[in-house]
Amino acid sequence: MARFTPHTEADIREMLDAIGAGSVDDLFADVSPKLEGELDLPPALSEYEALEDVRRLAGENVAGLPIFLGAGAYDRITPSAVGAITSRGEFLTSYTPYQPEISQGTLHTIFEFQSVISELTGLPFSNASVYDGANAVAEAALMTARQTKRDPKVAVSKGLNPRYREVIETYGVEIVELSYNNGTTDFSSVPDDVSGVFVQSPNYFGIVEDVRAASEVARGAGALAVAVCDPISLAVLEAPGNLGADVAVGETQPMGMPLLFGGPYAGYMATRQGLVRQLPGRICGETTDREGKLAYVLTLRAREQDIRRARANSNICTNQALTALAATVYASLMGPEGLREVAELSTSKAHYLAGRLQEAGFDLRYPDAPFLWEFAVEMPDVGRVDEALLEAGIVGGLDLGDGAMLVAVTEKRKKEELDRFVEVVKDAG
Amino acid sequence: MLGNLIRDRGRPGRRGYTLPKLDVQKTDLEKVLPEGSLRREKPGLAEVDEPTVLRHYTNLSRENWGIDTNFYPLGSCTMKHNPRANEAAAAAPGFAGLHPSQPATQVQGALKVMHELQGFLAEISGLPAVSLQPMAGAQGELTSILMIKRYFEDGGDGERTTVLVPSTAHGTNPATASMAGFDSEEIGLDERGCVDVAELREKVDGTTAALMITNPNTCGVYERNIAEIADVLHEAGAFLYMDGANMNANVGRVRPADAGVDVMHFNLHKTFSTPHGGGGPGSGAIACSAVLAPFRPDPVVEKDRDGYALVRPGKTIGRVAGFHGNFGVILKAWNYIKMHGPELKENTDLAVLNANYVRARLKGTYRIPYEGPCKHEVVVQPPKGKKALDIAKGLIDHGFHPPTVYFPLVVKEAMLIEPTETESKETLDDFVGAMLELAEMGPEELEEAPTNAPTRRLDEARAARKLKARW
Repeated sequence: MARFTPHTEADIREMLDAIGAGSVDDLFADVSPKLEGELDLPPALSEYEALEDVRRLAGENVAGLPIFLGAGAYDRITPSAVGAITSRGEFLTSYTPYQPEISQGTLHTIFEFQSVISELTGLPFSNASVYDGANAVAEAALMTARQTKRDPKVAVSKGLNPRYREVIETYGVEIVELSYNNGTTDFSSVPDDVSGVFVQSPNYFGIVEDVRAASEVARGAGALAVAVCDPISLAVLEAPGNLGADVAVGETQPMGMPLLFGGPYAGYMATRQGLVRQLPGRICGETTDREGKLAYVLTLRAREQDIRRARANSNICTNQALTALAATVYASLMGPEGLREVAELSTSKAHYLAGRLQEAGFDLRYPDAPFLWEFAVEMPDVGRVDEALLEAGIVGGLDLGDGAMLVAVTEKRKKEELDRFVEVVKDAG
Repeated sequence: MLGNLIRDRGRPGRRGYTLPKLDVQKTDLEKVLPEGSLRREKPGLAEVDEPTVLRHYTNLSRENWGIDTNFYPLGSCTMKHNPRANEAAAAAPGFAGLHPSQPATQVQGALKVMHELQGFLAEISGLPAVSLQPMAGAQGELTSILMIKRYFEDGGDGERTTVLVPSTAHGTNPATASMAGFDSEEIGLDERGCVDVAELREKVDGTTAALMITNPNTCGVYERNIAEIADVLHEAGAFLYMDGANMNANVGRVRPADAGVDVMHFNLHKTFSTPHGGGGPGSGAIACSAVLAPFRPDPVVEKDRDGYALVRPGKTIGRVAGFHGNFGVILKAWNYIKMHGPELKENTDLAVLNANYVRARLKGTYRIPYEGPCKHEVVVQPPKGKKALDIAKGLIDHGFHPPTVYFPLVVKEAMLIEPTETESKETLDDFVGAMLELAEMGPEELEEAPTNAPTRRLDEARAARKLKARW
């Protein structure tokens, strides 16, 4: 077995003597019912053997091919410097910064993360992150109910990622369905008893929605407007805070996190003045130490479970500090211009691919709707096309299940990959 | 002088990363997007070069303490050594590059990891059904309580409105009960620091949905009446949920199911040593009885003739994660268990040994409110007139991360010490030496600490009063 404990026989004997116990078993004398015999687990492996298994199982996955899947997780370029920082033991092996004097590294980077999110969303307050984008959306739904003092009930359309919608429902929030035509949501029929109106932009189908219209309707109904935004898109799209959104949430995975089969990622949550006390999770604020030195600390703690217990805003305890750090380092390396370039490269490549598919006789599902790097294309048998793509060494788009494929194109995709995609689809589709 | 934020260290026009050149025709955003949707002002992010980024964040990391740099006996958090083999596992390109929406046929290796870990956790808990979806302990709690809620709704039992929570519970427990739509009611302790069974008997009735118990509890005391507690709940048709934050005292010694637990969560990041990352990501996998299994979150991994598949349980509460939980953390915990096998029990034993050793060495100087032996952590109180906070800050000057302080709430001036099994006797001796020295120091001197940390004590009230949470 791989051992990580330092104890020798002599150590154990001396420690037992100090305790006044005859054996380690004596320390479990009060435990019942005890497990008789040993756990039925596979025999222990050395590190080398364990990692051989890792490599073997990794080899049973299809990875390393060009990916055209998106739908909430994107195959983007991650600068090497991101991993160099997040693998530093001082960040990696620390915990929640309860002792700020020896946690300034984590607190400072959380403060920068909050700043990055505020800059992107155009909203003044951000929390330190939550579990993932889906949970950020669900927590925002609960937040709308707390603020409006209405029952949790939110208006959404098919444009909201269905996975996000499912988490909202799990958390006991009622959904009001808005109609969705030609790629965009119709916000004209929002009932006046909802606590929140949700608008995802770009939406699940990649279409840029009208955040301002959603915000105005929400205001009219006395509800909060929640914008769900891919942070990369905010390099080129107007900040939701400037379009009237009360809350902006989303998934930070595209900012420097590996796909890693769905996690860990991080969700961001930002809000306007006046709503900061409704945010769940950690918030880091600036202060000084007793010598006047600038420093950072967790603040507005009275919203949280360990202080307020049953009356807390949420049961959420940790944030996703390490993945939030990845997003922060990513944003620093890219800067506003780099982030914009990521968005522009992706958009140009997606529009090139969409154009070539249309030339090949495939219709876009929403031909008149504006999109950035993700689009739905009509295809009678997506399953067969994806199989043909895989044979050609490409992981195809998502089967929407109703005769269309959702295709995502990132800055990682080369022209030759896009051309190969079109050739295979033309033959198979 | 340079400001201390990354944005202060740049200059317009600097870049920290070079992207590949565009190899197709450029799409003009103004032509494809509706008017008013384009951003007018660029976001005020840092404009810095890569060397500056590395230096900035590397220097920040040096203002942080982790397990790699210091002894970190933070009670209830199990800050044990994080084997780097786990990091190597999660970095394997065959996993790191895997998209969560790839079809099952393309991800058999990943699904096998999940399926095996489900099996390992079932064996360790004695509970047959597992879900790896919850992304933190608190979410594992919520998932468990939502499953119980759905069970009663499914059976048409609308009377179950209350969740009982011992006074030693983590704050997440009552917060979870509220979030799931239950009233929470507190249960007191007996003189040994365990759930008061007589009080429990009085409070359990037809409105009780569950008791949320932590075992060993947050005083480091084993709930010796747990089997009886389970019986009381089961006789009333209610469930026993176990908060698994303290599983590091149980693995290989006791299986929660044998004591009557119906559903529990694991903190994979604690017990199975995946890094805590400064406060996340974690993983709050749950294990449950056959009765609750159909209510598990969507999806779980099952195996059939064709291989492994993601399956939606019949009466699922729904999704709690966007995709399949924190797979990277799942992978690390799986690797950790494989490197230990049944010998995980040795870790449990040494964790309990270390805690009892610290307990024995501090006894006499520090007050120990509950009789021993303790389990993997011990709660102590400073000598009369001394504050836990001052001792904690004093420990920093000795190079030790402080224990959890002022928790559990039932013990005044509580210091909850969890050494874990990966610390040597010498480290514990040094730590005890510092604790004993601090106990002798005068309050004025103690109040100055820390003096050789990256900062002195902070003005926490000012942070809230003049809220500044961004640049």
